[in-house]
Amino acid sequence: MLAIKGIYAEYGIQRLNHGIGFGTAAIELLLPTFGESLGLKGKVATHWALNPHPALIPAIESGWVKQIHCFGSEVGMDDYIRARPDVFFTGSDGSLRSNRAFCQTAGLYACDMFIGSTLQIDLAGNSSTVTPERIPGFGGAPNMGSDAHGRRHASDAWLKAGRQASDADPKMARGRKLVVQVLETFGEKMVPAFVEQLSSVEFAQRMKLELVPVMIYGDDVTHVVTEEGIANLLICRSAEEREQAIRGVAGFTDVGRARDRKMVESLRDRGVIRRPEDLNIDPLNANRQLLAARSVKDLVGWSGGLYRPPGKFRNW
Amino acid sequence: MNNAFTKYRTWSWYEATARERVANLLDRGSFTEFIGPEKREISPHLALFDLPEAFDDGIIVGRGTVRGRDVLLAAQEGRFMGGTFGEVHGAKLVGLLRYARDYQDAPRVVVLLLDTGGVRLQEANVGELAVSEVIRAVLEARMAGVTVIAMVGGRAGCFGGGGIVVGIVAGCCSRIVISEQGRTSVSGPEVIETNMGVEEFDSRDRPLVWRTTGGKTRRLLGGADAYAEDSIDSFRDVAISLLDRIPAFDLDTMEKEHARLTQRLEKFGQCHDTPEIWKAMGIAEPDRIADLSDEDFNQIAQAQKEANHDAR
Amino acid sequence: MEILEIHQKAARRAPGDKSHGITGVVASGDLEVLLERLLDGTECEVNVKTSVEGFGDVWRAVVNDFIERHSPGGLRISINDGGARPETVSLRLAQGVRLMEADR
Repeated sequence: MLAIKGIYAEYGIQRLNHGIGFGTAAIELLLPTFGESLGLKGKVATHWALNPHPALIPAIESGWVKQIHCFGSEVGMDDYIRARPDVFFTGSDGSLRSNRAFCQTAGLYACDMFIGSTLQIDLAGNSSTVTPERIPGFGGAPNMGSDAHGRRHASDAWLKAGRQASDADPKMARGRKLVVQVLETFGEKMVPAFVEQLSSVEFAQRMKLELVPVMIYGDDVTHVVTEEGIANLLICRSAEEREQAIRGVAGFTDVGRARDRKMVESLRDRGVIRRPEDLNIDPLNANRQLLAARSVKDLVGWSGGLYRPPGKFRNW
Repeated sequence: MNNAFTKYRTWSWYEATARERVANLLDRGSFTEFIGPEKREISPHLALFDLPEAFDDGIIVGRGTVRGRDVLLAAQEGRFMGGTFGEVHGAKLVGLLRYARDYQDAPRVVVLLLDTGGVRLQEANVGELAVSEVIRAVLEARMAGVTVIAMVGGRAGCFGGGGIVVGIVAGCCSRIVISEQGRTSVSGPEVIETNMGVEEFDSRDRPLVWRTTGGKTRRLLGGADAYAEDSIDSFRDVAISLLDRIPAFDLDTMEKEHARLTQRLEKFGQCHDTPEIWKAMGIAEPDRIADLSDEDFNQIAQAQKEANHDAR
Repeated sequence: MEILEIHQKAARRAPGDKSHGITGVVASGDLEVLLERLLDGTECEVNVKTSVEGFGDVWRAVVNDFIERHSPGGLRISINDGGARPETVSLRLAQGVRLMEADR
């Protein structure tokens, strides 16, 4: 809800890419309900660089989506894609025409926003999914989650973000891509997602890597969204403000509890940090009932039976 | 309530908490809770096991109106200890039913929102006792002319003693409404697997669990009287539609039920899985029952003689 | 089981006239919060019963933050915790105060 109201609506995000994850899936499922209640249909989330996520079916069926360009496909989506050539790129035989290279380019240059999740984030906003236990790949995130300086086509959202950037030159109008990290302050087993130093740093030293495995660099990140609120890093004027803005949404992790309370309050007054109550989001609406679909079966229903989930997801 | 709920979303029964079911089933503002959480009638047993208690011991009882009609109501919270019957939990339900039994000016309809895995093992004998008392209380209430309607569609299903209340004694209840997500049985899937082996019953095979104990199966076999969609609105509409067609609670009905159950065993006793039963019942596409929409399924169910009779 | 009691004065009395309310469920990863409008003035009391031991200082941080943000003066708040994460606790407390506002 925070992301939809505080970012999508705020900037009028029409072209976007979602990283895979629970947070973005929830956003996809909230568009037809929460998004609808805000009157956002047709105004945001119309053009997507995205694999054919089943979780987007309710939004597509409710008329939110004009176009999806895909990197690749998703299991069980063939028949649904075939039935929606008005939304997906299909060939003369009716099947999906995805193109990884084109889609990566679209995601880099054409999208106004990337939003995705991560396992760890530090005080500068650098994020990584490398933990002491696991070394996953980053997928498309490093590319999607970066501000493409080569971009020259304007959009309202891109220009608005550009104007907000604290280093904006008033004489030289420039745009800026929104790169949003959405995450819960604590992960599984109460492992904090906010850390003073990424596990990647020690990992790189140990493995003698040339680069520290960072998924998205802090200087590309424009917003961090947690259950505590939204930190807008664009309008931070210094590294110190940036750090406190991140601490200010880091909840009750050690990082969050070590915040400078006065500074965080003043950042909130300025709108650098916005809490759910600042956005008039009612905590009573934080309820799964608001999701347009709550199970894989619901998605099958939304698709008119065309989505055929793999056997392991069937539970009816 | 925020717009986002009332206009753009129906309340799923399955996803709802017991309190959400009660609040959205009854007419707004009509509910009076008996022995509410602020009374703190908690389980005296759970502390022994270092287990957290619930202020209402996982069951809400009270009275309200449904489209203006007075009802007594009990709703189990399936997410607290699996909705199981503990001493206090059971006592609240028994008290409600005895109130209906003894006071002619009490509402004549009791709605039971069952969501239970059966007896709360930690409370052992008192849990078993509680279930026995509930069974007796339901029957006595019915003998006193009270209509008892069971509604099953939650996460825990309706198993064990609860299954008796609904499953066997569902003969105990005047009518049962069930949704696809609902399940009822006496023994739960894990119990069957533990006792009979995984080849006989794999409790992790979810489609199998639903094929044997799920709402559509119960409805088609005649173990439930009506089928609801997974929404509080649908449960309400279906329950209301049943209120005026309550079977007589007498020896004749019971004998008819015995006869029907004997016949059922004769006809289908050799079947290993429900699609075989559906085939024997003459249902077209017996393997596709699970895939049917609620609407299509309802049509088939309503056309089946097996599924629609008073001697359940 | 760990039992915590926190007494603090809030900035204002909690709005609304509902006498008591409850939100949440005692399930794994969740908690129930019972609120009762029983105390005088801006006094606030939060009693926690949790099966997860050793997080007393996190609980205190969460509760103090809640009292500062939501001013639940006059409320006695009682919690049965099923092992919820701090942000879930914050959410349920915020929901509780909202519930007490409206007569629904």
